[in-house]
Amino acid sequence: MNTMRPETEAELAEIVAGATAPMAVIGGGTRGMAPSGDRITTTGLSGITLYEPGALTVVAQAGTPVAEIELALASENQRLAFEPMDHRGLLGTSGEPTIGGVVAANVSGPRRIQCGACRDFALGIRYVDGAGNIVKNGGRVMKNVTGYDLVKLMAGARGTLGILSEVSLKVLPMPETETTLVVSVLDTQVAVRAMSTALGSPFDITGAAYDPVSAQALIRVEGFEPSVAYRAEHLTDLLKGFGDVCQLDGAQASAPLWHTVRDVTEFHTAKGDVWRISVKPTDAPDLSARMQAERLLFDWGGGLIWALVPQGTDLRARLGAFDGHATIVRADEQTKDRLGLFQPEPGPLATISAGLRARFDPRGLLNAGVMDRR
Amino acid sequence: MEMPVPNPAVLARKARLVERLQAVLPKDAVIHEEVETRAYECDALTAYKCPPMVAVLPASTREVSEVLRICHAEGVPVVPRGSGTSLAGGALPTADCVILGVARMNQVLETDYENRIIRVQTGRTNLSVTGAVEEEDFFYAPDPSSQLACAIAGNIAMNSGGAHCLKYGVTTNNLMGVTMVMMDGTVVEIGGGHLDAGGLDLLGVICGSEGQLGVVTEATLRILRKPEGARPILMGYDSNEVAGAVVSDIIKAGVLPVAIEFMDRPCIEACEAFAKAGYPMCEALLIVEVEGSEAEIDLQLGLIKDIAARHDPVELREAQDADEAGRIWLGRKSAFGAMGQINDYMCLDGTIPVSSLPYVLRRIGEMSQEFGLDVANVFHAGDGNMHPLILFDANKPGDLETCEAFGAEILKLCVEAGGCLTGEHGVGIEKRDLMLVQYTAEDLEAQMAVKDVFDPAWLLNPAKVFPLSESESRRAHKIAAE
Repeated sequence: MNTMRPETEAELAEIVAGATAPMAVIGGGTRGMAPSGDRITTTGLSGITLYEPGALTVVAQAGTPVAEIELALASENQRLAFEPMDHRGLLGTSGEPTIGGVVAANVSGPRRIQCGACRDFALGIRYVDGAGNIVKNGGRVMKNVTGYDLVKLMAGARGTLGILSEVSLKVLPMPETETTLVVSVLDTQVAVRAMSTALGSPFDITGAAYDPVSAQALIRVEGFEPSVAYRAEHLTDLLKGFGDVCQLDGAQASAPLWHTVRDVTEFHTAKGDVWRISVKPTDAPDLSARMQAERLLFDWGGGLIWALVPQGTDLRARLGAFDGHATIVRADEQTKDRLGLFQPEPGPLATISAGLRARFDPRGLLNAGVMDRR
Repeated sequence: MEMPVPNPAVLARKARLVERLQAVLPKDAVIHEEVETRAYECDALTAYKCPPMVAVLPASTREVSEVLRICHAEGVPVVPRGSGTSLAGGALPTADCVILGVARMNQVLETDYENRIIRVQTGRTNLSVTGAVEEEDFFYAPDPSSQLACAIAGNIAMNSGGAHCLKYGVTTNNLMGVTMVMMDGTVVEIGGGHLDAGGLDLLGVICGSEGQLGVVTEATLRILRKPEGARPILMGYDSNEVAGAVVSDIIKAGVLPVAIEFMDRPCIEACEAFAKAGYPMCEALLIVEVEGSEAEIDLQLGLIKDIAARHDPVELREAQDADEAGRIWLGRKSAFGAMGQINDYMCLDGTIPVSSLPYVLRRIGEMSQEFGLDVANVFHAGDGNMHPLILFDANKPGDLETCEAFGAEILKLCVEAGGCLTGEHGVGIEKRDLMLVQYTAEDLEAQMAVKDVFDPAWLLNPAKVFPLSESESRRAHKIAAE
């Protein structure tokens, strides 16, 4: 297995133009998406090209380590607000997650429920399509409706439409502090209702998760100290009808907890397949019951369900038809091949998606079969 | 602006087309007499007018599907229309087209507070979406200035923004799902009550595609609980540079206002004369609004006032009550009306990185001298979305052309400064021929490839967004195929 590592966008374009066989497109290779075969990595395209804290904008080459960007932002008291997950613990991968990988997989964490997904923060991209053409779309300003929004299309396309070479992202200020309210609830239905109540309040919740094992719903608020105190107090009143409410002591106790939600830490050492299911929050109790999962974790106020199931389980068969989609995040190759990583799309949408792939990657070179089973 | 020559073969089929459309729609939903089609001859870019061949007003997704199936079979171009408030000519007809208006589809289909979503037919106006959830203290965040009149269909087509998107984002960030009819009549459902795409983010590329990929008939929108309160503060400065620095400092301080609005002297003077809001006469005026509880508002405004004071403001005025808040916003909200009183005007919406604000304003001032036309600037400073208003006299021969040439130079300046041609109005016909300033032919080819997939015959709103020279082979292919 060869790995190609271009160091300029032009070199990347040249390699793709001259390619004769399918290749796996990877950034740091930490997210377990790449098919087998020769690899092309973007880690040679690295570095922040522009960072304007006063404009809340950062532009970086696709292979730039996420850690490098987070460090630069932290020095100006800013951050990637969509809270990208680190997949290494869950998948047992090594390597350095890249910003291109984050965008290509549209990776977002618990704060997605409040401020949006990675795709909502992606302002512009440069990429090399499957024919080797260099294309740009969007830019580095927050409002831009000039032509079609290919940025959204490429965010989450897992490299199947093109290889990202540069991304520009909106960033946000780091809040002064945060706290988490822990509500004791035994029942998923009650937990989702409690989270919906919090999210439907004016108190600007930035995280709402439920762990059925510890029977705790977690509600996060962030901001300036007095504001956080004020909102925590009102939320405590609002939520006490659902179960006992206690407030964690300061940001030191709150922040690590959300890392474990973001990275699904409780599943790391457990055996079995891991699925990620996006649902309408109020559907979560019924759907999760249908899963007969060994473990569950609810994020996004119930809208995101993490499920641990025995190896080889066809979770989609258990779920039937629903408003949402189920994606395999961890499973053996044989299961991935048999079931496909992504929820099959209804006929007309599958036709559109296939049509787009055929246009952007006419020779079927880039991460072939990752999003659509062949 | 050049528009394609109407296809005589299509014009010749008008009678048959009308007959087929009348077979699937109520009689009053097919408008084909010339005196009546004139009502659809333009949108809010009123300098350009052309009555369509036919206008239809379907009342359901099924009727939209029937219309498109017929137009597809007959090879007739279709121009979708929301409320016709586009400033970019997005709904401008051609003489050989069918205007498909969604105005009759304005129902709320479902409100769901637990999941914080509303499902509506897309003919519904932006403001009435909020109206439908207001009694529960919820709102729909994107708030374009035309929100009283503009339809959700048009908001989705143009990915509309508004004054409050610094905090809440634009349409694409608040759109969760659509029912869309493809040009061949196929009805597709994309997204819904869940977050994020399960495969390719088709919703993301449909939003902002200016009605070129399909006709969106129903939409699932995210609704939010209203904040406990909001309060604006007004500050005046002696120079645009200083006001620009204040904006940047506020953002860097970690305060995230819901809106930062900027007005320059010509705009302040016009608004003051028109609305008498009591604005100070100065070079640059900022209106900054924050949200939250009383105590949270006090805290944020305290930080903002500290920053503002450091830059020696001419005036610093915090609203003490709702009445005063209203007066602070009054001038800003009547800016366009005030300009309309003085003159005809053209409103641009190029976006720039906030850091290049002083440079861009200075250059616009210089160009104003060169072209001999006045410009007033009012814009969303937090996100760099400018709204230069170029004043001209429509009755004076050559003035419109000079104005358009000046506008084009301003937009090129925005791109040169690291920004873009349009931040929220869309390309339409207005900025179509400038697309190559921002994008290469390869960049546009990638975008047109998306249209090829959704609408292979290029029948949906075909003369928009892309320079005619770039899209010609695709549109020519359509005519040749008949």
